[in-house]
Amino acid sequence: MDSVLVATAIGKRFPGVIALSDVDLTLRAGEVHALVGENGAGKSTLIKVLTGVYTPDEGTLHHLGRPVRFGGPAEAQAAGISTVYQEVNLVPMQSVASNLFLGREPRTRFGLLDFRAMNEAATQLLGSYGIRVDVTRPLRTLGMGVQQMVAVARAADTRARVVILDEPTSSLEPREVDTLFGIVERLRADGVAVLYVSHRLDELYRICDQVTVLRDGRVVHSGPMDELPRLRLVATMLGRDLEEVRREGATKFEGEHAAEEAAPVLAATGLTVKHRLDSVEVTVRPGEIVGLGGLLGAGRSETALAIAGALPLDDGEVTVAGRSVRGGSVAAAMRAGVVLLPEDRKADGILPDLSVRENIVLAALPRLSAAGLVSRRRQDSIVETFMQRLRIKAASPDQRVGELSGGNQQKVLLARLLCMQPKVLLLDEPTRGIDVGAKAEVQALVDELAKDGLAVVLISSEFEEVVEGSDAIVVLREGRVVTRLEGADVNEASLLAALAEEH
Amino acid sequence: MTSVEQRVEPEESVASGGMTRAERIAGLVQRRGSVVVLALVVLIASVSFDSFATVGNAQNIAIQSSFLAIVALGMTFVIISGGIDLSVGSVYALGGVLAAYGIQWGSLVGLLLPLVVCGAIGLLNGVLVAYGRLAPFIVTLATLLGARGLLLAITDEGSTTRLMQREDWLTQLGQGTFLGLGIPVWITIVLFAVGVVVLQRTRFGHATLAIGGSREAATLMGLPVARDTMLLYLGSGLLAGLAGALAAAYSASGVTIVGEGLELDAIAAVVIGGTLLTGGAGTVGGTLAGVLLLRVIQNVINQVGTLSSHYQSVVSGAFLAVVVAVQAYLSRAHLRGGR
Repeated sequence: MDSVLVATAIGKRFPGVIALSDVDLTLRAGEVHALVGENGAGKSTLIKVLTGVYTPDEGTLHHLGRPVRFGGPAEAQAAGISTVYQEVNLVPMQSVASNLFLGREPRTRFGLLDFRAMNEAATQLLGSYGIRVDVTRPLRTLGMGVQQMVAVARAADTRARVVILDEPTSSLEPREVDTLFGIVERLRADGVAVLYVSHRLDELYRICDQVTVLRDGRVVHSGPMDELPRLRLVATMLGRDLEEVRREGATKFEGEHAAEEAAPVLAATGLTVKHRLDSVEVTVRPGEIVGLGGLLGAGRSETALAIAGALPLDDGEVTVAGRSVRGGSVAAAMRAGVVLLPEDRKADGILPDLSVRENIVLAALPRLSAAGLVSRRRQDSIVETFMQRLRIKAASPDQRVGELSGGNQQKVLLARLLCMQPKVLLLDEPTRGIDVGAKAEVQALVDELAKDGLAVVLISSEFEEVVEGSDAIVVLREGRVVTRLEGADVNEASLLAALAEEH
Repeated sequence: MTSVEQRVEPEESVASGGMTRAERIAGLVQRRGSVVVLALVVLIASVSFDSFATVGNAQNIAIQSSFLAIVALGMTFVIISGGIDLSVGSVYALGGVLAAYGIQWGSLVGLLLPLVVCGAIGLLNGVLVAYGRLAPFIVTLATLLGARGLLLAITDEGSTTRLMQREDWLTQLGQGTFLGLGIPVWITIVLFAVGVVVLQRTRFGHATLAIGGSREAATLMGLPVARDTMLLYLGSGLLAGLAGALAAAYSASGVTIVGEGLELDAIAAVVIGGTLLTGGAGTVGGTLAGVLLLRVIQNVINQVGTLSSHYQSVVSGAFLAVVVAVQAYLSRAHLRGGR
């Protein structure tokens, strides 16, 4: 088959990070090519290189046999490469027809926009995909599914030789997915090269011909889709050696923490958030560490956010120590003793210009103050206790947190959570971006906290961290619980199998 | 394949049948509210004051509105694109002084000099915002100060006021009348007619709305975001310079103290006219209604006579607050309707 777009030895660096290194990718006419990889594998960067948003530092792009260098998205589009981004990248306030034709609107003899022709063409175009809407309505008045279809229709229309779909189904209903696949089938039949990015394994095996797996900015596998079994695909994505995993079996980090008979301190049941979570159930006993397993986009962070009250629930209930917590309120969850260490500590947690002391006592201020005044002595004693207990390495409590290492910043955040005397600790990627030594310390600390009777929910994209750190693992896929691994089943092989399982 | 909206959730098919009544009313109030309020104010003023609904007073309001309207026209486009242009007040004053300065070499120079200089300032704004990716608020604040400084420098700190001779055609452009209305009024009408067509019927106008709606999306759709953004600020500078030159011709002199705070009047008129301060939606016609509303209020307060003219700012400010509150409420209503 004809190669339409060929990327050869692509390299892309950002300050301090190598996002892509020596990446090859060949998109052929009439072929649907899957691009998969975990968080940070480099998928988005690669897409942005292909669509002219980024210029690669190394390597070449060939389009229809000729070397090309795109100066921007407009040039890539002119060359026939269209993209549907994960977040619908359309203009919500404009009409459906405008969104379809922005930048290439039909014009009258006088150079003015020809709205009648535009609306007719838009109605016809959408109609050919089986979508019938009033194209003069503002886009935002339509459901997410229809908006996504409009984005796909825009990308697929006219002259497109390459269509890149970046997680197009993440906001679609199952039936809308069928419609989308109808469109993809049509593109394939029309000889368009399709690059399909998704975390949903079922979709990949249903629609894709070829697959390229990225990990840490490199291609770790490339070949026909049906020659790569699901289990091996998952293992490749996660960087696990399948044979080794099978041989090793269970590797337990520490003994069981929880007394089996203790009643759960956290019981989240039927957590449902439209398009994100569907009846997720997580229960944790005091002293137990429950890991959340799943691939990127499975709903792990969403589950933690929902339990912490940061994501409004459409349905479901969270109870802490037997008492129901009002959903959708972080303050209510905190009062009940649920605290969350967010995934992105720079964006959501640390105040880098404030001191260690201020960062620690911030959330506990309401409890430490009397009539609005905060006792400095009480602050000091609390800060000192936690700095010692968590072994925070800082020159003094007055040092700016921004000057500390990533690991110590993470400990400061942990201290902030702990001085609220929580019952349930939700940790989303607690060791991401910190060095190896600090990582081990944080892991040991989490272990210690659990031994002291805290209920811990642990999310980590590092496979061994979840497996070794957890007493039980709730495995999620597409916002649903696949299984809950307990006891001897908490091992890499079982987790991989659960992740790859067909449904 | 069957139709999607039939298979999507029930609320979707209800919405697909057409916008709900609440949505339609919200949209209408957003777009036409200023016209309705303007009509009401004019009606009440006509009944209350004999001297209001006279030909002379109408001509007066028209000419008073025209200079602000021309400035507000450029501002409308800039705000719709999600930006802001604070420099227009200074640029307006500079345009006036340059017209009075240039006219010594003839009317053509008197007209072109302000357009070239003010256009250059607009272009500078545009390049810094579009290509330098700087915040428009800061960039245009800087040129506001710069233009004001330039103005003081070329007029010996305002002590030199140049007069324009009545015989020059540029002066006539400001002072002349046609069919009972001042020529600046006609120029304003033509410019607004062109503005309506540009915003609603050209790719450039369409792109302007898209940039304001979502700059990121507009970029990824391959629209010429940087070029268009630059052109918007260029246009705003040109229009402010033109308005200043016409105002100078009207008063037959280039005065340095005019135009202070004019940028705020222009922004107020645009917002009262229903353009979202956050960009993405707005109309040229609404801005015209907003300008007229401000000027009619000013006129009415002058008619009352017993009120200090400073109360006009109080009333204008109150209007602005109400409009912004209603906008915020409506956009929330929209969001609810959209979900």
